[in-house]
Amino acid sequence: MSWRLWVPLLLFSGFLGLAAYQLTQPKDDVVESRMVGRELPYFTLPPASLDRPGVDSRDFYDGKPKLLNIWASWCLPCIAEAPQLEALKEQGVEIVGVAIRDEPVDVMRFLTQHGNPYTRIGRDDLSEVQLGIGSSGVPETFVIDGKGVIRYQHIGDIREEHVPILLEELRKAES
Amino acid sequence: MKGLFALIAMMIALPVAAQQSVPPAPYAYRQLEDPVLEAEAQELMETLRCLKCQSQSIADSDAAMAGDMRHQVRIRIASGESPEEVRSWLVERYGDYVSYEPVLSTRTWPLFAVPVILVLVAGMLFWRRFRRRG
Amino acid sequence: MIAEIGLAALWLAAALAVLQLAGGLAALRAGENSDIAALTRPAAVLQGGLVAIAFAMLLWVFAITDLSVKLVAMNSHTAKPLIFKLSGAWGNHEGSMLLWVTVMALAGALIAGIERRLPEKTMQATLAAQGFVALGFYAFLLLSSNPFERLPEPALEGLGLNPLLQDIGLALHPPTLYFGYVGLSVAFSFAVGALVTRNVTPDFARAMRPWILGAWVFLTLGITAGSYWAYYELGWGGYWFWDPVENASLMPWLAATALLHSASVLASRDALRVWTIMLGVVAFSMSMLGTFLVRSGILTSVHAFAVDPERGSFILFLLALYIGGALLLFALRAGTISEGERFSIASREGALVVNNVMLSAILAVVLLGTLYPLLTEAFDVRVSVGPPYFNPVSAVFVFPMLAVMAVGPLLRWRRDSWSRVSKEMALTVALLLVALVIFGVVSQVALLPLLGLSFAIALGVASFLPLRGRSLRRVPIAVWGMVIAHFGLAVALLGMASESAFSTERLAALAEGERTSVGPWAVELQAVEPVAGPNWTAMAARMEVSYDGGKPIEIEPQSRNFWAPAQQTTESVLVTRWNGQLYAVVGSSSNDGRWQVRLWWKPLVTLIWYGGLLVALGGILALIGRVRTDLKRRTAARKGAARRLEMEKIS
Repeated sequence: MSWRLWVPLLLFSGFLGLAAYQLTQPKDDVVESRMVGRELPYFTLPPASLDRPGVDSRDFYDGKPKLLNIWASWCLPCIAEAPQLEALKEQGVEIVGVAIRDEPVDVMRFLTQHGNPYTRIGRDDLSEVQLGIGSSGVPETFVIDGKGVIRYQHIGDIREEHVPILLEELRKAES
Repeated sequence: MKGLFALIAMMIALPVAAQQSVPPAPYAYRQLEDPVLEAEAQELMETLRCLKCQSQSIADSDAAMAGDMRHQVRIRIASGESPEEVRSWLVERYGDYVSYEPVLSTRTWPLFAVPVILVLVAGMLFWRRFRRRG
Repeated sequence: MIAEIGLAALWLAAALAVLQLAGGLAALRAGENSDIAALTRPAAVLQGGLVAIAFAMLLWVFAITDLSVKLVAMNSHTAKPLIFKLSGAWGNHEGSMLLWVTVMALAGALIAGIERRLPEKTMQATLAAQGFVALGFYAFLLLSSNPFERLPEPALEGLGLNPLLQDIGLALHPPTLYFGYVGLSVAFSFAVGALVTRNVTPDFARAMRPWILGAWVFLTLGITAGSYWAYYELGWGGYWFWDPVENASLMPWLAATALLHSASVLASRDALRVWTIMLGVVAFSMSMLGTFLVRSGILTSVHAFAVDPERGSFILFLLALYIGGALLLFALRAGTISEGERFSIASREGALVVNNVMLSAILAVVLLGTLYPLLTEAFDVRVSVGPPYFNPVSAVFVFPMLAVMAVGPLLRWRRDSWSRVSKEMALTVALLLVALVIFGVVSQVALLPLLGLSFAIALGVASFLPLRGRSLRRVPIAVWGMVIAHFGLAVALLGMASESAFSTERLAALAEGERTSVGPWAVELQAVEPVAGPNWTAMAARMEVSYDGGKPIEIEPQSRNFWAPAQQTTESVLVTRWNGQLYAVVGSSSNDGRWQVRLWWKPLVTLIWYGGLLVALGGILALIGRVRTDLKRRTAARKGAARRLEMEKIS
């Protein structure tokens, strides 16, 4: 009989241990995409700006790894990451943009103000591509290898320290 | 309660969202013509997590992304997919986190085992306590 | 100066809590006649007064908007209406913790002042436990969340002019839940006191019962109000989401409900001793756990605003100390307490045991579902547990419990026979079957709402059966309380099941002058006009709605844009009829000049909250009945003692 009286304490200790452990863990709210390692779904997006073509999933099959940047002109962190995208472009990285729920006017204004690192910008008014590749926020950046396979996901704005990581992932995607 | 927190989350989220000028997706705020399909879609949407707001279902969120997810759900249901197919399409992309309905798996079995154990324990308790009655 | 008085009062109160603890411990060690033990009760009473002064000082600095106090500068504003200045005092972490200790110290003062039924040693142990719990909260306040902290330079203006938080519901909701939590802390102290002195008696249950009842009434009101608030404020017609924060308020309620019933078995029949002690500990731990989950924010990111890892760790530490300590004591001591009287299953106690086991099982399911995502996150797996899990799994235990609820109150204590209540049981079962057939076969309602509707109807009638054949004027108030509370639960269940089974939804894009319908309602969007408020502009949609071709009613839901801080809200409009509510929301406009309109017709939905209010009313009646009986007993005992004294004199 008496061992049963210890059961509540035992369960409670288990909870305490778990709660204490979780308190020390940084709270991460990001939802990672399950599509990393898998091929892009088929899609085709009309252009979001006047001076760049739209995006087609077949663009990613030319053998050259690219960045797929999910962004929007209404998104404040996207302004913060603009210089880093510019730096990546300087390094010869091809960046394909997907603008989420964005009007061409706003896209153009944003690009004039903060620079245009994109070779193509697709217009995704229904978040179809975003949902299709398992992205849950703006901005997010995906590394796509030359065979249309998603190799890496970066969640949130790209800070300076992330640039080398992305370059490394792009290099790995070449093999 | 939860409302307060949702409200505060909204206050954080909306100043940004308010600048979006693109209208919501067609089926974000529109029902399917067929009431049977709409009921199926509605039931499914109530069990899908809004990824932007994190603590609401897409059926009760004004977040733009929740609207886009509702649009996806409705057009997929309308095109003949079953609710479970739509759910697994999303789970394939976002993991179990996107669905409020846990399914029996190696990661979730305690959720189902514990209630069964509770039934057994309750039964045993009653039996032991009251058997000498007869 | 005012703030300093408050702070000084708080420190003094903390010192008195130490004295209260020491006095109680001394009584346990050296006997209740030791010198220091005589100080326990006065220490508790004085402490109540001091904390009340501290809280009054906090209200004062908020009333005069003393911007040199950090808490005021952060959470208030000179331009706020006075009522919201005052409610701002507890609308933040520090103030709400001070409110918590205030209520707790006043409760401690009350039991120290008037509770004389229990053996003095048990009371001393109870007060020591109460002092110990209070001390932890004083430490929390004084060391890490001082509400009276001054700024080096007074602020020019306060930061707390958020119009959205100026809501009377938001002002009253947290205190309501806190009163509930504190009531459970008193029950906890009694349980610890009884356990320490191995004195688990019907008197102990009687002393504890008013506190459980009071706590339970406040929790019921808190949950009911919170649910209604979410319903009208969030604009999507949902009233319960099984969100962690909601579960955090539901779990103490479930535990308190179980405790309430097991305490009444202990009070009337001296049975279920160990179980009642256990529930006393569990109920308070659920309050602490709820506070921890909400404040630490370890479960959902939406709550990130109140989150502070330091606070989270502090609450977790207190939780470990109190609950871990109490459970350790339980494991060591409970084996030496006998179970008490035995009884047969066909008895009032038998039914109450079934009720208790079912409530505990529901509590376990809610607890598991709430904490499970936390567990898997430790292994880097993220899962969501929501309504599709909670509804059916808790139903497995809810419906058997409802069945027992219908019969239990008819049974006699100790031993009864089923045949004595067979007529009543037959009536209940017949009602249940008829309802099942009508709603299941004729209306084709889905399983869970079908069971809900049928059980609600059967239970609604059955809950009045205990009154049969009795003169209604002679029925004790406490029995009325039980009847009304049980009936209230049936009413709430009917509302939930009806909402789930019969709601209709209409999403439409309407141009001015266009019509649509939802359920029996015809709706016409007449005009959309801009409206300006003090700090917002809104688009107000004037709609004419009429029920089933009846007289049209004009309503005006709004979509509001606040500018400081910039945010958008929907102001929904509810049209209430006896048989349900029309819920109307206007959203944004589309490019073709149409407006998004969301409409719901929710038959009988208001019964959910009327039911909740009835449950609370039942609790209040039971409380009045119990306290009156206690007072009568007390007077009788005093008279008896006086007479005995006189007899001795004469002889």
